[in-house]
Amino acid sequence: MTAVSIDTAPKTAARRRERWANGRTYISAAIIFIWCLIPFYWMIVTAFRDVGYTFDSTPFFTHVTWDNFTTVFSENLGNHFGRNLLNSLLVSGVTTVVALLFGVFAAYALSRLEFRFKFLVLGFILGASMFPGVALVTPLFQLFTNIGWYGTYQALIIPNISFVLPLTVYTLTSFFREMPWELEESARIDGCTQGQAFRKVIMPLAAPAVFTTAILAFIASWNEFLIASQLSNDQTKTVTVAIAYFAGAQAHQEPYTAVMAAGTVVTIPLVILVLIFQRKIVAGLTAGAVK
Amino acid sequence: MSTLAQPKRAPETPSPKPKKVQKEVGQDRAATSQGRWAFWLISPALVLLAVVIVYPVVNAIVMAFQKDQGLDPVTKVFVQGGAAGFDNFVHWLAQKCGSAACAPGTLGSQFWDAVGTTFFFTVVTVVLETVLGFWMAIIMARTFRGRSALRAAVLVPWAIPTAVTAKLWFFIFAFDGIANKLFGTAILWTGSEWPARWAIIISDVWKTTPFMALLILAGLQIIPAEVYEAAKVDGASAWQRFTQITLPLVKPALMVAVLFRVLDALRMYDLPAIMTQGSNGTTTLSILVVEQIRQGFNSAAALSTITFLIIFLVAFIFVRFLGANAVASATPKTKGQEK
Repeated sequence: MTAVSIDTAPKTAARRRERWANGRTYISAAIIFIWCLIPFYWMIVTAFRDVGYTFDSTPFFTHVTWDNFTTVFSENLGNHFGRNLLNSLLVSGVTTVVALLFGVFAAYALSRLEFRFKFLVLGFILGASMFPGVALVTPLFQLFTNIGWYGTYQALIIPNISFVLPLTVYTLTSFFREMPWELEESARIDGCTQGQAFRKVIMPLAAPAVFTTAILAFIASWNEFLIASQLSNDQTKTVTVAIAYFAGAQAHQEPYTAVMAAGTVVTIPLVILVLIFQRKIVAGLTAGAVK
Repeated sequence: MSTLAQPKRAPETPSPKPKKVQKEVGQDRAATSQGRWAFWLISPALVLLAVVIVYPVVNAIVMAFQKDQGLDPVTKVFVQGGAAGFDNFVHWLAQKCGSAACAPGTLGSQFWDAVGTTFFFTVVTVVLETVLGFWMAIIMARTFRGRSALRAAVLVPWAIPTAVTAKLWFFIFAFDGIANKLFGTAILWTGSEWPARWAIIISDVWKTTPFMALLILAGLQIIPAEVYEAAKVDGASAWQRFTQITLPLVKPALMVAVLFRVLDALRMYDLPAIMTQGSNGTTTLSILVVEQIRQGFNSAAALSTITFLIIFLVAFIFVRFLGANAVASATPKTKGQEK
């Protein structure tokens, strides 16, 4: 499986085979790398391309312009992208904070305490994260219309909690399980008070886990489309909905370049975040699936 | 950051109780005190989940048994609300509008097509993602220069919002778009049945294979290298090592990953909704529900309940018969238990 095998007899044939295996690894890696990044690259190239050259197939930056970004934020065309960004930030931010507030306690109990029905509780939480969004949208649409919440922020935050909270609990539980909690006791033995032990030992240990979970929760909420497309109005529309129904300069003409620019604006912060915290995010994503 | 970590303080302050427990004196009393603690720590989250999930679902089930107000499509008589019995379910499952069969083109006539489309998408995308994901995971597990760059690159499609992914591939698959130019074809990708389906499948595979690959990679990494060395010494071929060692050992992680992806694919909405608006045979169950919402809540509630039941059934089959036990692999073993 591992391509770099332990050095066998220095036969040329073996070495050639090894070099061939190595080469294949690099070729495969290059294919994966390109496949994952090319569409993203194409989005950025198009975002910076003059609208007249929308379908130019030159593979590098040509006819570079900022116009598309101006279009994206242009109020005259009926785009309120700045507002949409703030809406998304607000909805995702509140969802993340609420989910963490509730999730941290639950995850602590699930990872540290012994109690009956633990299996059941975890099953319920996992089941909740797999829950289809449409099954919530229908009743909530009517409910929120009846109580006058349609198009409000809480109408977007509440259903988002339904899938972000389970994700938070699930990820935090597996993180907490891996933490060296004995250190807390050692600190107490060494003379720390309960509060000091918590502040100086547990908090620094738990902070990265909580932070990573916060990123995952935020991304999940930021990327949400179905619920927002049904329960938001012009004032509370989030970025994903705005991008899906974007208005260009010409009616009946898909504003490809502007949409790509909007996509770039929405995606670049996420991509930067993901690249910086790559290791932690991978750990968070895969936490619980193995072990 | 610190504000986020702050709330942890509350359960910690009185935490000597669970601490004492570890001394394993009087197992019973310890268990009760831990149980009480756990109850207070978990209840808020469970109550919140109940409010945001259980309440709407119960609401939907109640709605599903009520009539929608409006004109009866056959008799053209105004129908008041009121109890409907199983009418709404029969409407979808038997594709009946009133007493007659639903006219082609109406939402009512599309139920089984939508079920077929949803399962088609699910099977094709999950199979492709599993195979490609496995391959990606194997490459990422190897040691070579640039490995961390590859792992970072793989996260990019995952991080992009699905709505943006849909628009991006919609552009790539535009008639004058790069896909047609690259392959020298002139296909109306999102304008006819099979190309539209494949466009959606390709977008979905691009977007979610990395997630699959990372889950499988995590499974691969817990296999000790010595196992492979031992097999090599015993003269096992690469293929034998793969089928005899890798597959069985990675199976639990793989099954969980597949389960996650299947349940996710069954509720697919964003990609077809944005790329084709569900036209040309790409209407999934989720799209059908959303279209129905504007035409009648109660009927939509019945359909969303059916959708939920289908997904529940598939999850049940997976866990029961295929051994994809996500709960078991997620149930933490506390340290006392292991010893």
